[in-house]
Amino acid sequence: MLPYLLIPLLPLSGFLIVGLLWPYFRGKGHWITVPLVALSCFLSIRAFMDTLNGPPLHYVVYNWIHSGHFSASISIMIDHLTAAMLVMVTLVSTLVHLYTVGYMKDDSGYDRFFSYISLFTFSMIMLLISDNLLELFFSWEGVGFCSYILIVHWYERRPSWLAANKAFIMNRIGDFGFLLGIFLTYTVFGTLDYSGIFQQIPAHLNDQILPFSAFHSQTSASVITVIALLLFVGAVGKSAQIPLHPWLPDAMEGPTPISALIHAATMVTAGIFMIARLSPIYNASHTALLVVGWTGAVTAFVAATIALTQRDIKKIVAYSTMSQLGYMVMACGVGAYGAGIFHLLTHGFFKALLFLAAGSVIHSLGGEQDIFRMGGLSKYMKLTFVTMLLGSLALSGIPPFAGYYSKDLILTEAFKDGSLGHVFWAIGVTTAILTAFYTFRLIFMVFTGKENFSHDGHHGHAPHESPLVMTIPLMVLAVGAVFAGWAGEHYDIIGYLSQSMTVPHFSGSPAIPDDSLKLISVIAAVVGIATAFLFYGRPSSIPLALSRTFRPLFELSQNKWYFDEIYDAVFTRPMIFLSFILWREVDKGVIDMVVNGVASSCQSMGASLRRFQTGQLQNYALVMALGLFGMVSIFLFMK
Amino acid sequence: MVPLSWYVALSSTLFLIGLVGVLIRRNIVIVLLCIEIMLNAVNINFVAFSKYQHVIDGQIFVFFVITVAAAEVAVGLGIIIALFRLRETINIDEINILKL
Repeated sequence: MLPYLLIPLLPLSGFLIVGLLWPYFRGKGHWITVPLVALSCFLSIRAFMDTLNGPPLHYVVYNWIHSGHFSASISIMIDHLTAAMLVMVTLVSTLVHLYTVGYMKDDSGYDRFFSYISLFTFSMIMLLISDNLLELFFSWEGVGFCSYILIVHWYERRPSWLAANKAFIMNRIGDFGFLLGIFLTYTVFGTLDYSGIFQQIPAHLNDQILPFSAFHSQTSASVITVIALLLFVGAVGKSAQIPLHPWLPDAMEGPTPISALIHAATMVTAGIFMIARLSPIYNASHTALLVVGWTGAVTAFVAATIALTQRDIKKIVAYSTMSQLGYMVMACGVGAYGAGIFHLLTHGFFKALLFLAAGSVIHSLGGEQDIFRMGGLSKYMKLTFVTMLLGSLALSGIPPFAGYYSKDLILTEAFKDGSLGHVFWAIGVTTAILTAFYTFRLIFMVFTGKENFSHDGHHGHAPHESPLVMTIPLMVLAVGAVFAGWAGEHYDIIGYLSQSMTVPHFSGSPAIPDDSLKLISVIAAVVGIATAFLFYGRPSSIPLALSRTFRPLFELSQNKWYFDEIYDAVFTRPMIFLSFILWREVDKGVIDMVVNGVASSCQSMGASLRRFQTGQLQNYALVMALGLFGMVSIFLFMK
Repeated sequence: MVPLSWYVALSSTLFLIGLVGVLIRRNIVIVLLCIEIMLNAVNINFVAFSKYQHVIDGQIFVFFVITVAAAEVAVGLGIIIALFRLRETINIDEINILKL
């Protein structure tokens, strides 16, 4: 058991050593953190091997809180779901650690950065191996904090801390719902342990609750539904689903390794992991599944449409991440948790790859992020080009790359889920066309065609291939992007995962055989790529003409469906206005006046009283004598 | 025999003279002397009440008062000399350093 305890503890000790002794490292922080995380990854793979033909591991490390009937422990639970996630998380984390050595070279916060990504890895591992909701929430907040502190790594830059604040505040909204969900869970079930909750679900299936009783409303709802939806609010915030998504694209202000590790492969998938982990709760509520499914489908589609017109290379990949997260949430919504997690795993590989490759491009162009100022880079950086192409093929869903298997599984499972499933399937296929289009728009704009960058923009030399320490992670991830999907299907990862998740039965049977569905997805991807080639693969006036013809649609997409503007008008500005009024009228007018009034009246009273203090001893003695005289006379007369 | 009230009247008069002297005189030596007068006014009271009530305690207490008065004069005069050296005055109005 002890070796598996080390899986979270190694990154934690890496954080503590580098974080506490940072002045002694001076740019050597990776010598500590990289081996520790790599070792943690090795142990994770061993744990994964153990679960292949053994029971899940469950071990209580210590009793954290014990108060009355409430108890929560810090435990390690490595079942099939956790083990598969652990391998992906620690592997990507190790590769990103390695990549960071090259990418963040000469950065003033080099060692700080390493200690924080180790802390993040620790929190993420704790999130995965928790066996109760409190431990989950604790690490849930931990990863959120690490995300904040890593986005704001370049804290002198205004966009960085604006983005970090945005991410933190939006996640706080989600976490508030999550926390309410945990409270309600404890109130209803009396325990926060997963197994304890799951055992009691059948007993509470028909319980009702009045969620709006505070407003004297008699609307009642199923308690399981309310719990599931409240917990889902947390997932919406963490996994950047509409309407709590705008923080994710903004979070791209952080360094690229962070975008790859936190905002693509691991942290943002915590929401999907949570839904899959608590699948019995969601299975018990049809309404909640419906909400989950629709949120995912809408997010997948909206994010894909936004990605079509963005110019920033990282923003495109970020919206693509959001879209893919939408797929996974949609999969959970139709009860296909296994497919969702499978897509999560493959996506972790190819999206981390895309981000790291994008980082490599940015690195070689000296910080340029606008794809319209790139072009023709394939002859300068062949390795980056090839790996990014593989990642893009995987993302688009071209067989036999990873994305094909997992995305296709989601679409097939959605199609089997009755008539609503058909709608989800249609949205998914449409999104798949868009995905292939924007992905290859990026590839064509960046790597082919005319060179639109200036040769003297970055230290006066031509773009160059990144150092080996950055390209090796790319190559390893590319292997994952190529083979992960095939391996997952070949070794029946769905069967493996379903050992720790209950999957609801499907009511309908597919009217169209699986093969035709697969063919349709592939055709969708090919259509998208072909269109991208037509538009951007060679000099063409079609994009410009289209953007003129469909100007409102184009602007809707380019302005990200005006989410930021709407939030600004509905929440931010009224809030600032209200705060301003409260500050001027209440704070300055009432509170300050009372406080200042008390102070100044004390002062004026003191000023008049100080006249009595002459410093003449005889005056004091006179007053004393008069007082004594007065007291004695009162005493005598009273008597 | 002289009635007790006469003693009390004498003592009160002496005490009042002393008190008024302490309060109005500006010369610090006179103030010290007036304090001595007040102490002796008290001594008269002690002795008178001791005699009339046939309790010896009062007379014993007078010795203590005289001792304290002697010590006080010694210390007081010392302070006055030190003060005079410091401020070159024995006018009590000019010695108001208690006030900022």
